[in-house]
Amino acid sequence: MQPNQDKVQRGAPPATVPFYNDPKKRAILFQIVTLLMVGLLAFYLISNTLTNLEKQSIATGLGFLQKESAFEIGESPIPYSAADTYGRALVVGFLNTLIVSSVGIIITIILGTLLGIARLSTNWLVSKLAAVYIEVLQDIPVLLQLFFWYAFFYNILPSPRSALNPIVGVFLSNRGLVFAVPEAHPVYKYMAIAVVVAGVVIYFLRRWAKQRQARTGQIFPALRVSLALVIGFPLLTWAIGGAPTAMNVPVLKGFNFIGGTNISPEFTALLLGLILYTAAFVAEVVRAGIQSVSKGQTEAAMSLGLKSAQVLNQVILPQALRVIIPPLTSQMLNLTKNSSLAVAIGYPDFVSVAGTTINQTGQAIEGVALMMVVYLTLSLLTSAFMNWYNKKTALVER
Amino acid sequence: MEKADIKQIETEVKPPVASKGVVGWARANLFNTWFNSILTLVTLFVLWKTVPPFFRWAIVDSLWFSTGEACRGTEGACWSVIPANIRFILFGFFPYQLQWRPLLAMVILVVLLFYSRDRRHWNNSLVYAWVAGLFAMGLLMKGGILGLVEVESTQWGGLPLTLMLSVFGLAAAYPLGVVLALGRQSKMPAVKALCVVYIEMIRGVPLITLLFMSSIVFPLFLPEGVTVNVILRAQVAIIMFTAAYIAEVVRGGLQGMSKGQYEAAESLGLNYYQTMRLVILPQALKIVIPPTVSQLISALKDTSLVVIIALYDLLKTTQSVLSDPSWMAFSSEAYIFVALIYFFCCYFMSSYSRRLEKELDTGL
Repeated sequence: MQPNQDKVQRGAPPATVPFYNDPKKRAILFQIVTLLMVGLLAFYLISNTLTNLEKQSIATGLGFLQKESAFEIGESPIPYSAADTYGRALVVGFLNTLIVSSVGIIITIILGTLLGIARLSTNWLVSKLAAVYIEVLQDIPVLLQLFFWYAFFYNILPSPRSALNPIVGVFLSNRGLVFAVPEAHPVYKYMAIAVVVAGVVIYFLRRWAKQRQARTGQIFPALRVSLALVIGFPLLTWAIGGAPTAMNVPVLKGFNFIGGTNISPEFTALLLGLILYTAAFVAEVVRAGIQSVSKGQTEAAMSLGLKSAQVLNQVILPQALRVIIPPLTSQMLNLTKNSSLAVAIGYPDFVSVAGTTINQTGQAIEGVALMMVVYLTLSLLTSAFMNWYNKKTALVER
Repeated sequence: MEKADIKQIETEVKPPVASKGVVGWARANLFNTWFNSILTLVTLFVLWKTVPPFFRWAIVDSLWFSTGEACRGTEGACWSVIPANIRFILFGFFPYQLQWRPLLAMVILVVLLFYSRDRRHWNNSLVYAWVAGLFAMGLLMKGGILGLVEVESTQWGGLPLTLMLSVFGLAAAYPLGVVLALGRQSKMPAVKALCVVYIEMIRGVPLITLLFMSSIVFPLFLPEGVTVNVILRAQVAIIMFTAAYIAEVVRGGLQGMSKGQYEAAESLGLNYYQTMRLVILPQALKIVIPPTVSQLISALKDTSLVVIIALYDLLKTTQSVLSDPSWMAFSSEAYIFVALIYFFCCYFMSSYSRRLEKELDTGL
């Protein structure tokens, strides 16, 4: 060993870095170890599960979907009986989930928007009341709210004999909400078609109006014309079809109502709970969205001579919606996921039906996996929509 | 002469009565446009129609300490349902004579939480206080030594269970969420992929499916003879669920950090751990305090979902009180009481977060 040699090497990078000090190699090593650990854990769990399933002689696979379910479902949009298969029962559950979510989403958006606007109102009383609503309802678990409404329907509302009758033809009792509907008549089918036709016409009309505005600067009264179309088309169909006015009014017979349309207490409680809870969050989203558009935008638009409706439609809303839509979508997704709490109050949604299936077949893994797959698919579809929307509305900076 | 003039001017420039005081305030805030005037009148009418009857129901005609039978005759609220069953609602099936133990445990927890509010107390001795406090709480709940009778965890219930699931759930989910967020931002593809799959999968499913997973599927994963307590399983499900949401919130904070921060840390010669610990996380976590707290609040509310897998938390004990025919008709009163407990917990958290945000604000 010569002291000189030592001196030369100091400071210079060593010829070979040990592999544990090389960031790249270390990263690879770290990842291999992580993957190995995850893999080992998975292998351990799967092998345990297989032994357990064999020992408890639980069937595996999705074969049970073809078997007879042998349980009734309280409410179903499609014909279903206990003689049908588990597969069909699950479809019924899925449809029920879709119904409660979509109805809930529509009403929640309307109520939430109103609340959000009320929160920003210059009217002190309205603004403060909206603030109290938002603050209180957000801080109470949704499950508790569902229980509250469910108990309200079952224990507090009177029996059908002494049902509340707030409006003519509407009865509120512990058997749910019963209301009069128009007597079945073929013209209603055509009216539904007329609404769809009106929608298509409006779509093309708006496209044309937009192009014309871009070309000539002339503004087409799109909103008024669309409203007239949506109302006018079905009304015209109704008049042509003979204008039937017969109503199917619910009548008290024995212990319950006959006729009309009945909405079960479970459905009503679930819907009410989900709407009131989610609307509080939507209100906050809407408020934030409106506040995100700076006041200068309104002033600039007004000084250009736009009318106040135009200011809202052409300047404020397009900017506010860009902020509102992403969190709004996630609130809608939350509502859909929270609709799974239906199982706690006995509304036959997907989770509830899948739970019954698990109880009867014992195939817990498949059942829970099905639940997860269904909700995961809905979430992925929503986030795909979100990405598309974000890309479409992203600010194009020049 | 001059003085009198000034005095006269002073009296003259006094604002008109209509623009000050109660009248002025009402004109500016309630009746400033014709639309607002109508709105105010309609709202006042609705309030007049609803608030006095509610007040009469809740206070004037209400019964506070009576039997269920006595309540049937009244028009008002039967708050008696709460005092008559308070011990079951709060403590569930915990042995009646031993219920001072969960009560004491809750008192310790509340005292610790209040003491930790102040940031001047955030030091090592606080950590020791928490460790000792948690140990004492566990001892009080479980017993078995020091002359305390052992209580099986299947008998735990009510408010202590709710608080336990929440506090441990939040305390464990937060660091796990931070780790997941860092993993998602990592440059290592395998780690990143694992974290992304985990976060997106958990966020895509409702909590209830995870609770089902923990209660009915998880026992199949374990070798024969090994069982894990059902409360612990639910706790793990809640932690896993909350962590995924926290991770997304923290990721937002990490993405908000400018590249210069990383480069500056690197040029100072800090390694990855030091960079994160000393430079990035303190800033990133600070800017995401509001969304983090709203996530934690929803985690607190979500603990009520354990009702569905038949754990006797606060909501379930209330529900089982209401299954007693003599109290069945008074569900609103009982649920309002439980709602108030949840509301105060959540309100405490959100007001604390606002304070913390203000204290940590460095003006950057």
